[in-house]
Formats: sequence, C-alpha cells, structure tokens
Amino acid sequence: MSTPHHPVHSTDTLRFAWQALRGYPTRTLLMLLAMAIGVSAVVVLTSLGEGARRYVIGEFSALGTNLILVLPGRSETSGITPSTMMGETPRDLTLDDALALTRRYDVRRVAPLNVGSAEINWGGRTREVVILGSTHALLDIRHWRMERGKFLPAIDMDRAAPVAVIGGKIREELFGTTSPLGKWVRVGDRRFRVIGVMGSAGRSIGIDVQETVIIPVASAHQMFNTASLFRILVEARQRESIEPVKRFVVATLQQRHQGEKDVTVITQDAVLDTFDKILGTLTYAVGAIAAISLGVAGILIMNVMLVAVSQRTPEIGLLKALGAPPRRIVVMVITEAVMLAAMGATIGLVLGEAGSLALRHLFPELPAHAPAWAIITAFSVALVSGLVFSLLPARRAAKLDPVLALSGR
Amino acid sequence: MIELRAIHRDYRVGDQWVHALDGIDLRIRAGEYLSIMGPSGSGKSTLLNLLGLLDRPTAGQYYLNGEDVTRLSDVEQAYVRNREIGFIFQMFHLVPRLSAAENVELPLILAGVPRGERVPRVNQALAALNLADRGHHKPDQLSGGQRQRVAIARATINRPNVLLADEPTGNLDQKAGLEVMEIIEDLNRQGLTLILVTHDQQMGLRAQRRLRMVDGQITSDREEAHEHPAPPSA
Repeated sequence: MSTPHHPVHSTDTLRFAWQALRGYPTRTLLMLLAMAIGVSAVVVLTSLGEGARRYVIGEFSALGTNLILVLPGRSETSGITPSTMMGETPRDLTLDDALALTRRYDVRRVAPLNVGSAEINWGGRTREVVILGSTHALLDIRHWRMERGKFLPAIDMDRAAPVAVIGGKIREELFGTTSPLGKWVRVGDRRFRVIGVMGSAGRSIGIDVQETVIIPVASAHQMFNTASLFRILVEARQRESIEPVKRFVVATLQQRHQGEKDVTVITQDAVLDTFDKILGTLTYAVGAIAAISLGVAGILIMNVMLVAVSQRTPEIGLLKALGAPPRRIVVMVITEAVMLAAMGATIGLVLGEAGSLALRHLFPELPAHAPAWAIITAFSVALVSGLVFSLLPARRAAKLDPVLALSGR
Repeated sequence: MIELRAIHRDYRVGDQWVHALDGIDLRIRAGEYLSIMGPSGSGKSTLLNLLGLLDRPTAGQYYLNGEDVTRLSDVEQAYVRNREIGFIFQMFHLVPRLSAAENVELPLILAGVPRGERVPRVNQALAALNLADRGHHKPDQLSGGQRQRVAIARATINRPNVLLADEPTGNLDQKAGLEVMEIIEDLNRQGLTLILVTHDQQMGLRAQRRLRMVDGQITSDREEAHEHPAPPSA
C-alpha cells in the first residue's frame, strides 16, 4: 500500500464550501448580513472620525504651517506690574521688530501685517474695502494662490511702492470683464497700480481675502499715518524649530521693548497637534467599538457552524466513509466559515464605502474617507474571527464517530 | 484477502459492557459474495463497519491484503477506505445539495484526482448504471432505485476491491431492490468482493456464502461452491 496522501485540490475545497453555502441560503444570507454590518460599521464610523480630523486639520493648516503669530499686548493678566501702575500702554509692534525677527537661521519667512479700511475707486465706481499692508512673504506663509498677475514685489519691508493686489470679488465689482492688471486705482488718497488678483478663497484672521486690497506695508503705514503693526507672522523652517523660534521671538521682542513681555505669541501647531491627537484617538475608539460587532459576528459564525455540523452529521460521516481524513473535515468546515466571513466582509466594505460616499455627499465639507488601517483591520478581524470561531465546530466535526454519524443517531 | 483474527468489539451502555463482537475469526477470499444475516443487535452491522474501517476492534487483528490495518493511523485508514473499500447504505447517504454527478465525483476529489480526469470517469460510471441523463439531477429529483444506483456508482468509482452493502434494499420497493441486487451481483461477477448485511432472508440467500450471527458470534458459515465458479484467489 502506498503512503497515505490526500492532495485535494484547493479549487475543489473552495467549490465544495461554496456549494455548502449555497445549499443553505437563509443561513448564509443571515451570516453575511451580520458580518457585513460589522465591517461596514467600522468603515463608516472610522471614516466619520477621520473626516472630522481632516476637516479640523485642513481648517488650521489653511492658516499656514509652522506658523507663529505675534500680537501686540499681553493676552493674560499677570497681576500688578510697574507698567500698569504707571498707566502705560503696551508698546506697538513695529517694522523694526519684524525685521529683527528675520535674523535667525530657522526662521524661513516673516510677514508684517497692517490692517485698515479705505475706499477704492476706479472708473467712477467706489467701494469700501479692507486694506492689508504686508510684504512679499505673506503669499507663501498663507499658502495663497494668485488668480492672475503677481503678488507684492520682494522689496524691503520699509519701502513703499504704489502697487496693489486685489481680491477676486473687488475685481469683479470694480472691473467687471475688464482686465484689472496695469490699471491705476485710487485707494484712500493715493493711487496704486493693480499688479495681481488673489485666487484662493482663503480666510485670514476673519477677513475674506476676496474682499481685500493688499498693498506694501510701508505704503499702508503712510496711508493710515501709523507705524504700528496689527500682527507679525513668523514661519519656522520646520516643525521642530517652532518652539526655539517661539522662544527667540519672545526674547528678541522683550529685549527690543526694554525688557517688557508685552506681546502675545501663539503657535498654530500646538493647537493643531491637540486636535489631531483628540480626533485621532476618537477615530480609534469608534473603530474599536465597531470592531466589537465583528467579534459578535464571529461568535454568530461559530454558532451557525456548530448547527451546520450537527445538521450535516450524516454527510460528515459519509465523507469519512469515502476516505476523508479528519484534517480534511477540519479544512472543509474552516474554509466554509472563512469564505462566509470573507464574503460578508467584502459586502461590508462595499456598504461601508457607499456609506462614507453618502456622508461626503451630505456633508461636502467633511472629507469622510475611512483610513486604510481601518479597512485592513476590519477585513482581517473578520477573516480571523471566521477562522478562530470555526475551529471548535471544525474539530467537533472531525471527531464525529462515522458509525454514529451515518446511522443518524 | 480479508482475515479477521479473534476480533472483539466491546462498548459500554450505561454501566454495562456490551460485546457487540465476541471473538470473530473470518477469512474472505477476493471475489467472494458473502451475506451476513442475523437479528438486530447480533453484531452484523458492527462487523461490517469494522470491515470498512469505520470502527476499530477492542481486540484482535484485521488483515487486509496481508497488512494489519488495525495498526494504521486515522489518516492511513481514511486512505485505505478511499482506495480499497466502497460503501452503500440503506439510507443512500447522498449529499442533498450536490447533483448525482457531483456525488459520484466525491471519492475522486478526496483522492486528489484532477478535474480533467474526473469528469469522463464520472460520466462513464453514470452511463454504466443507466444514469447518463440523470447526472445533473439533485437526489430529491431521483427515485429510490436511482439514488441507490448513484450511491453504487460513487462506491465503485475508485475501483475498490471490496463493496460493503448495509441493507442496500431496505428502503426500496421489490422491483427497485432486485434491480440494485442484480447490479451489485454483476459487479461481484466482475471480481469485486461483495459483503452484504441484511435481515431479509430472501436477499441473504442469494449469496454463495452466508454467515449467520447471534450475540456477536458467527453461528453458521455455509457455502454453495457449485453455484458459482470459485474465483481466483487474491
């Protein structure tokens, strides 16, 4: 007698399992439903969490990355100081302050910002607009894009120039279909040549860029007869240098302001990091909660496979009589359960993706995409639970006494 | 080709030991037609299951083709069942969701025969039993006689040397039962060793060699040598 060997082809194993699943359609459909609900719950919930996280991060990074904001005045009260006793007001931020902040290797860009309002006038049409006085660096710091023309020229901060960049809405209202580039407009009591139109609909400090006119900061100072700045925006070279740059900003300005800590320094990334962490954790949490339903589906699979084994006792006895070794019976039962789990998980993925697509349709501002880790985890947990929970029924089937199984007792 | 030496099979029912087989010595030559008769509980089905390697004896040796198969592992016994032994049952035991052809194909799948080879063999086996046009039918679309013929095709598809039949006509009417008997007797005439368990005297008397069992022991072993030429020994 030759060596016992049963090289059953895997396609035959799969086909047999498929026939078994088709042979009991109600049972199969219910199992598929349980698995599909579990997987789609994971997909939809994590896509919601991920969408919320990306939405918040997107909102913050629209303000600029690695950004440090310098505001005049202190935001927190720190008791009675000599300055409050003397009724002193905080010192203004000046262009020299801004210039001083550029003198560090890990400061990439510095943009001073001055805000005012004035009338803009062209071709007999007049409109009240917000005037931003800044420099060339502002464009890159804010990640804005030009619709046409150029942004402010790269000239020294303290040099005035009669050039202006206008927002898209201003262009529309003032110029209509005429090209604004090269046209001279009157802003307040001065004349400026339009050199560019803002493209992005970004928001800056609550101001819609589309409704602003941007001119060189020195020109704005002249126009509004002031030397102070509303903000200084400092961009660090990379994320790691945000903290050192922040300390440098505080120290430099303190030194320049006669030892007074009279500015407020805010980093966006600190806030962003916190939100990122909170929402990331939230996504994991809802994903894990949804994964519990996968475990439940696994236990359901175990129950159903146990019932299937006892329902099909004579069949298992027969297969033994026909020469199926115990291992083959185990493989058969597991294959059936894993196939069930895989199909249910696939349906669940499709349903889940459809669900997050619907979410994106309902809330277009929420980028509800399930993260890859959630999809992979959901699918693997489904497969593994199908596998693990079918081990017990499979072993029970393999241990069936063929004589008893065939006699139907 | 089959030799049983002092086979015992005991099992426990409650706190009592039942001696289903109580010292069986038996030699069966290749190509024999043997019937085992006896009242229910006499041990005849236990003996058949033991011959089919579905059950292991409590004591004694079972030599199949000169090899002591009681020493084989479960996996090795499964292999022997697949290649050497065919079963047909009173309840047919067709897998209900599979077609007739797929039922016949099962032993070939378990033997690892490639699909290309299986299909012609299955068709041939079905045709030989007048079931060529029934291949795609599910068992519940077949008559009892047809079902048992499918079972015979399945039992013989791997060309075993022994066919074990446990009351094969028990669920059939007389006509279908006779038909099934003629088919398996024809297979026996072609050299297949046929062992038939029945409590039906009429059926049992058709065999050349008849065993009678009572209380786990063989009480008589009669042979009609003249009716059928002795087959060549294995």
